[in-house]
Amino acid sequence: MKTKQHGAVVGLIAAGALLLTACGSDNNTGPGGSTSGATASGVAVECGGKTKLNAEGSSAQKNAIDTFIQAYKAKCSGADLAYNPSGSGAGVKNFNAGQVDFGGSDSALSKDKGEVEAAAKRCATNPAWHLPLVFGPVAIGYKLDGVKDLVLDGDVTAKIFNGTVKKWNDPAIKALNSGATLPDKDIKVVYRSDESGTTDNFQKYLKIASKGSWTQGDGKQFKGGVGEGKEKSAGVAQATGSVDGAITYVELSFAQDNQLSLAKIDAGQGPVELTNETVGKAIDGAKIKGEGNDLVLDLDSIYGTTAAGSYPLLLATYEIVCSKGYDADTAKAVKAFLTVAATDGQAGLADAGYAPLPKAFQDKLLTAIKAIA
Amino acid sequence: MNDRSVAQRPAGTGDPGARRGVPAARPDSEAPIPPTTEAEQNAPHVRPGDRIFRGLATGSGIFIVVLIGAIGLFLLLQAIPSLALDQVSFLTSREWSTGDVNNMRYGILDLLLVTVVSSAFALVIAMPIALGIALFLTQYAPRRLARPFAYVIDLLSAVPSIIYGLWGLLVLAPVLTPIGEWLTGALGFIPLFAEGNVSIELGGTIFTAGIVLAVMILPIITAVSREVFDRTPATHVEGAIALGATKWEVVRTTVLPFGKAGYVSASMLGLGRALGETIALMIILSATNAAFGWSLFDGGATFASKIALAAPEFNDPRSAGAYIAAGLVLFVLTFVVNAIARAIVAGHKEYE
Amino acid sequence: MTTETADLNRLATPPTFQSVSGARKFKNGLATALVYLAFAVAIVPLVWVLWTVVQRGLPVVLDADWWQKSLSGLLSRQQGGGVYHAIYGTLVQGLVCGLISVPIGLFVAIYLVEYGGRSRLSKATTFMVDILTGVPSIVAALFVYTLWITTFGLGRSGFAVSLALVLLMVPVIVRTTEEMLKIVPDELREASYALGIPKWKTIVKIVIPTALSGILTGVMLALARVMGETAPVLVLAAYAPFINYNLFDGPMASLPLLMATERNNPTQAGFDRIWGAAITLVLIITLFNLLATVISRWLAPKTK
Repeated sequence: MKTKQHGAVVGLIAAGALLLTACGSDNNTGPGGSTSGATASGVAVECGGKTKLNAEGSSAQKNAIDTFIQAYKAKCSGADLAYNPSGSGAGVKNFNAGQVDFGGSDSALSKDKGEVEAAAKRCATNPAWHLPLVFGPVAIGYKLDGVKDLVLDGDVTAKIFNGTVKKWNDPAIKALNSGATLPDKDIKVVYRSDESGTTDNFQKYLKIASKGSWTQGDGKQFKGGVGEGKEKSAGVAQATGSVDGAITYVELSFAQDNQLSLAKIDAGQGPVELTNETVGKAIDGAKIKGEGNDLVLDLDSIYGTTAAGSYPLLLATYEIVCSKGYDADTAKAVKAFLTVAATDGQAGLADAGYAPLPKAFQDKLLTAIKAIA
Repeated sequence: MNDRSVAQRPAGTGDPGARRGVPAARPDSEAPIPPTTEAEQNAPHVRPGDRIFRGLATGSGIFIVVLIGAIGLFLLLQAIPSLALDQVSFLTSREWSTGDVNNMRYGILDLLLVTVVSSAFALVIAMPIALGIALFLTQYAPRRLARPFAYVIDLLSAVPSIIYGLWGLLVLAPVLTPIGEWLTGALGFIPLFAEGNVSIELGGTIFTAGIVLAVMILPIITAVSREVFDRTPATHVEGAIALGATKWEVVRTTVLPFGKAGYVSASMLGLGRALGETIALMIILSATNAAFGWSLFDGGATFASKIALAAPEFNDPRSAGAYIAAGLVLFVLTFVVNAIARAIVAGHKEYE
Repeated sequence: MTTETADLNRLATPPTFQSVSGARKFKNGLATALVYLAFAVAIVPLVWVLWTVVQRGLPVVLDADWWQKSLSGLLSRQQGGGVYHAIYGTLVQGLVCGLISVPIGLFVAIYLVEYGGRSRLSKATTFMVDILTGVPSIVAALFVYTLWITTFGLGRSGFAVSLALVLLMVPVIVRTTEEMLKIVPDELREASYALGIPKWKTIVKIVIPTALSGILTGVMLALARVMGETAPVLVLAAYAPFINYNLFDGPMASLPLLMATERNNPTQAGFDRIWGAAITLVLIITLFNLLATVISRWLAPKTK
């Protein structure tokens, strides 16, 4: 009897020890692809350098980076990158502290907070560059029985999200949707209860596109003052999808996964649907604020666009890199990764809910990436 | 010197014997010992092993005391700079906006109310059920089954709170929706059951949260009450039986009066646990910008869930400080509740 | 403890001559029914929760990859991979927490039982242990955050999580150890002193071994408790989908953190990972509970 119990304990401990030591594996793909060579679009990639890059930052671009990593591993065998989606703030902080090779951020470095200076210090007195590599379209998703084709503009959207417009059959909405029969239902606004870059960008968009009816300002916390908050994009999308009359702002992939209807945005030239083309057009139309290869975007030019057929509501996220000042190994790997990301990595982006880069913009990025030394 | 001789007579070791119903003449049996120990003490040489060991043990005791002080102190130190930046009253404001460090406006009024109301609601549900279970396990269940049954109740506390949260939101909330709708419809005139500031269909209400919390605090209230009920003196019970009392009368006249303080104390412990519950509430509760309206069908956030929601974005120490200040209030709150729980049983030697 | 009560109960219960009035009978019956009902009511959520977890999670964990691989390199919508990285994190964070907590908890209990007596420090310690028992996990996490990250300037890591768990584990260990030490009969200590054995040796060689089975059971149960804690990992560790063997540096997954992270993945793959991790966590906790039972049985004869 006693030996039996003895055996059981030994067995359990042995099983535990076995589990802890030997048999874990990170390998979920087959053996990696080729070495250096040209990408599908014919851009040369020089693999090599540091084998495991470190990056950290915005969680909004996590799924895009995951896609890039797969492409990077397929292109450059033995190379890898670890991306820690701990938030833009942490990404910038740790990039400036030299903890990671590049940072991901939903917003440009701020001069007021001394981030620009700190970044220059980290890059051995060279300026850091912003590379807007990942664009995530933000959908205005809703669920309303019988209404599949909703058109909104910046002004009405702002009024919905700050509680001025309370009913689905409000005259303001009717004016934009002349053909549709809108029910006499309360609009249930759902927002992000955690702090997020999506909320920040959405509120920035409202501020610019509403032409004055959004007075609540921006920031990572939702300031509309109405509705109910759910945790993270998944919670928001799931909640919206389960209540008739709900509306929210959420990244495209989450809206699609929860079968939300997507509102078209009318910025003055007629309703624009959210598609790769319309988002691409908005990206192409973006003005660059930064100098030379520092591609800081002028968000006003995207959010305030009146160009026909361009969908203005998107979340632009940057990779923040050193223009110079990396050691040779790191520079080589960073360049290889970014090149793959801007070329081969674009293929899987649409599936992950992001907008692939339009050609002209891609060229701008590749020029900048090439110039990293 | 005096304290040494106390030390030589291990403090708590007197009671187990008494508890087992063998109240041997302990003082007598111990009587011969003090002289020898006294002699040992008087010897000029204290063994180094003893000194080190005693030091380690005492040090650990001091460490615990210091630790609690340190928790309060560190939280306070981190909170003060942020509190100084607060543009509104920390205690009475309902706002919570910490994004812009130059214009931080945050107050804990709603957090406090939601925390207290959801925990109190959970307690109202859990207390009678826990009392029933504790009585069942100590008085009613067949002797042989009492232990396994108690183990089953303890299993409730082995389920991690994140699982309760997921279950509460995805499985329980849809089931509760019709009940909630009925309550707001039929009893909506009572403020507590009035239609709240979030949608009942989504289930992110204090009502759902409170029920899940009740399940989570059941085991702790049960476990502590059970222990106290178990210690009801046999003589009391026998007396009641001899007088011809029914089972319920025995319970009502002996077990309950004896165990009342312990039961209340156990409930306070449960309340303390509910106040600090984090993840389950973070998952279940819908946030809202509207003020708390004293309805069970309101949403909102508790101290703990608010902090957990913001945790991934703790980058600026000034805005993190706002959450730390909220954490400090939660710490004080649970401190007070637990201290009360302790004070209730402190006067009852018979529970030892 | 109440075996006596029960025996006496049985002897005296049958009312041989007096008749019980209807009202009293009714009250008695009602009370009995309510008490049974209360127990039944508590069983419902338990079975319901466990059923939910098993039904949704079981198919996922039957794959051998689940136990051997990480989620490294997988897109959020890609099926496959495993949670080895999170299991490793959960176990190592828990065990390191145990390594720190057990000595502290043990010494505090020894102090309270063997040295403290009724001194003021002893009373204060008992009080503080009670308070520590009630400290919410999020407060423990914030404390370590202020200490480890803002004051010392160190990064988020698995070790910071372990430190926060220590705050939650120590009071549990103190409580159970204290109970066990109190049960050790004084006669054993006295016999040892009579042989001239120093007090510390008496404690180490006589008192603790006697109470060992109970202490170890308490430790195992405490471990099982802290491993399911989510608040500290959320505040103090960053999630990594790959295996990180280094507790002191870099992002490290654990099962609760994996579940919290995958909550933001609305795809089927995310759903599977959440409930798979849930059942894995429940299994690990059950295993530790089981281990506690086995240990107490295995070591129990020594106390008799």
